[in-house]
Amino acid sequence: MTALLEVENLVKHYEVGGGLLPRLLGHKQPRVQAVNGVSLAIRAGETLGLIGESGCGKSTLGRAILRLHEPDSGTIRFAGTDVVGLDAAAMKAMRRRMQIIFQNPYASLNPRKTVADILAAPLRLHGVAAGPALRERVMAMLAAVGLSAEHASRYPHQFSGGQRQRIGIARALILNPEFVVCDEPVSALDVSIQAQIIDLLARLKRDFGLTYLFISHDIAVIGYVSDHVAVMYLGQIVESGPARAVLRAPQHPYTRALMSAVPRIDRARQGEPQIRLHGDLPSPMNPPAGCRFHPRCAFATGICRATPPPLRQLDAMHSVVCHHFPEVMP
Amino acid sequence: MTEPLLAINDLRVAFATPHGLVRAVDGVSLDVRPGECLGVVGESGSGKSVTFAAVMGLIRPPGRIESGSIRFDGRELVGLDRVDYRSLRGRDIAMTLQDALTSLNPALTVGTQITEVLLAHAEDLPSGRHARHREARARAIEMMHLVGIPAAEHRLGDYPHQFSGGMRQRMMIAIALSCRPRLLIADEPTTALDVTIQAQVLELIAGIRATLGMSVALITHDLGVVAEYCDRVAVLYAGQIVESGPTASVIGAPRHPYTAGLLASVPMLSNLDRRIRPIDGQVPGLVDLPPGCRFLPRCPHAAPVCVSTIAMRALEHDRAVRCVR
Ligand SMILES: Nc1ncnc2c1ncn2[C@@H]1O[C@H](COP(=O)(O)OP(=O)(O)OP(=O)(O)O)[C@@H](O)[C@H]1O
Ligand SMILES: Nc1ncnc2c1ncn2[C@@H]1O[C@H](COP(=O)(O)OP(=O)(O)OP(=O)(O)O)[C@@H](O)[C@H]1O
Ligand code: SF4
Ligand SMILES: [Mg+2]
Ligand SMILES: [Mg+2]
Repeated sequence: MTALLEVENLVKHYEVGGGLLPRLLGHKQPRVQAVNGVSLAIRAGETLGLIGESGCGKSTLGRAILRLHEPDSGTIRFAGTDVVGLDAAAMKAMRRRMQIIFQNPYASLNPRKTVADILAAPLRLHGVAAGPALRERVMAMLAAVGLSAEHASRYPHQFSGGQRQRIGIARALILNPEFVVCDEPVSALDVSIQAQIIDLLARLKRDFGLTYLFISHDIAVIGYVSDHVAVMYLGQIVESGPARAVLRAPQHPYTRALMSAVPRIDRARQGEPQIRLHGDLPSPMNPPAGCRFHPRCAFATGICRATPPPLRQLDAMHSVVCHHFPEVMP
Repeated sequence: MTEPLLAINDLRVAFATPHGLVRAVDGVSLDVRPGECLGVVGESGSGKSVTFAAVMGLIRPPGRIESGSIRFDGRELVGLDRVDYRSLRGRDIAMTLQDALTSLNPALTVGTQITEVLLAHAEDLPSGRHARHREARARAIEMMHLVGIPAAEHRLGDYPHQFSGGMRQRMMIAIALSCRPRLLIADEPTTALDVTIQAQVLELIAGIRATLGMSVALITHDLGVVAEYCDRVAVLYAGQIVESGPTASVIGAPRHPYTAGLLASVPMLSNLDRRIRPIDGQVPGLVDLPPGCRFLPRCPHAAPVCVSTIAMRALEHDRAVRCVR
């Protein structure tokens, strides 16, 4: 089965601080290694869930895949096309097929535009529809995300958080994309509203035949919505595989620690050995040598401090980047 | 039953706004018992922070405590004057604010901020100026060690921005705990933090609670946090408590449709095949609410009687619910 989206060795670093003088003097600029050699594949109609702590590079990865941030290197193939090589015109056409729902429903909508204008803008930009057809499409999209026609003439601030997220979803879907990056679509919402949006995204996925990259730091949400998951740490994927397999039997020490730290409503982890991480996420400007996780890893040995760990397959689908896990190779 | 350390009775807090009177807290009664951890959960805007701001004497105009009583260790706090409140805050009751990441003063070193609290409140410091400061400094370092700040003695001179989010949150807790309060009110102490850091902070609070025999009111919107760290839970909805009781029994068999709805809304890691069921609709605005059950428009069990005023009703096993079913 071929993938709809294939990313290989994607790298995106940000230059920060430094200023002009050190640059003129040829000093090395400090760089945030936000995404550092990520490979992943998503099959058509599936959801890949991306988990990881704040600052590990999830949003950067999502945006780099859509070339909203230009990647430094690596390849992105979408439906057989090399996205990185596309010129501006071809990329614009490609954008219709690849969209994003932004992390913050409060900041990502223009406060001076009505909902109708917000939804019409992509249709106008791409010359997809005009006049009555355009209005019809906007109304149909509003209905699809559970808003009514009377909402069309209102401004973003007149909506609750959950409704704003619906508007963000409608904007992402109005061009009929095939692939959508959902960047923390429910994180800013109340629990009871989160479930509404998760249900909505699942229904839209079915109805429109969508493929998702679903970003969240909530592991239970990721487990619920995803077919496959990828666990990210300091700019790299450390474990990936079928969602149930990874979450039922996490292999990488970081995935285990994450799972162990999630408070459980049913207290299901009581009695399980607790893996506690000490210390904070190291700076992505100066990531640790060897395995990037080694300063916080309970299993780290000499080789972990010196050599980046290899990618090892537990089975055809489930892979782990670690020197010591999985313990027993099949 | 032992006397509660904190007893809130029929508290009403309102804010005068251009759109009308917002009754943010509307008849809340709750207890925090000696040594226990009470979880307080509820939707954004349900009145969690305002309830405990009232306990701390922090309601300022246009807000006003309209009626009700707040007793701490038997002493009435509603109407207490500022001077008395100041000696109570920090020493007997301490609160870590929800926006802790911004509520540290960016212009002062963390060492200054923590020793200020100690100098203002700690009663058993030596009397000489130098001795007082030396002792306050030593205790500040001890508190920072306690909350897991490495090399604390070298970091007293650092400013808040030089710490990560998790460390700043732990600094807030260090400041709150520096005078060993009998009640800690922790308002969403981990909401902005990653799960691995959240676990560190919550275990820190639980550990200190056990060592000091302190009571804790833990405000959160995460039912998992409640399940793992709280003895009892109070569920707020639109300014009222709708359900309370021992955590395991409330979560195991919720009696209020809102509590049941919340539990059905969240995916469970241990049972990912369980379909989640959202609660339809949204929270009502707090202006001009009709007298009936506030959850009525979203309730799958709504009946004609639900439009009348519904009081909190005691059930057996230390539970109570605001629902007629
Ligand atoms: N425009 C930028 N310029 C410089 N650094 C950036 C920029 N955007 C992100 N970063 C840095 O890159 C790293 C990865 O950030 P990113 O936003 O991708 O993380 P994330 O995993 O999405 O985090 P969160 O869960 O908080 O959204 C962080 O260290 C961040 O500070
Ligand atoms: N200074 C104020 N003026 C007017 N209304 C206020 C003020 N402070 C709070 N409110 C209102 O009181 C209600 C309760 O607010 P509160 O902060 O207690 O909610 P909360 O349960 O803590 O929510 P969150 O989970 O978002 O922190 C809200 O509707 C809020 O808008
Ligand atoms: S490679 Fe070593 S340090 Fe890295 S996760 Fe595996 S055991 Fe831990
Ligand atoms: Mg992000
Ligand atoms: Mg609050």
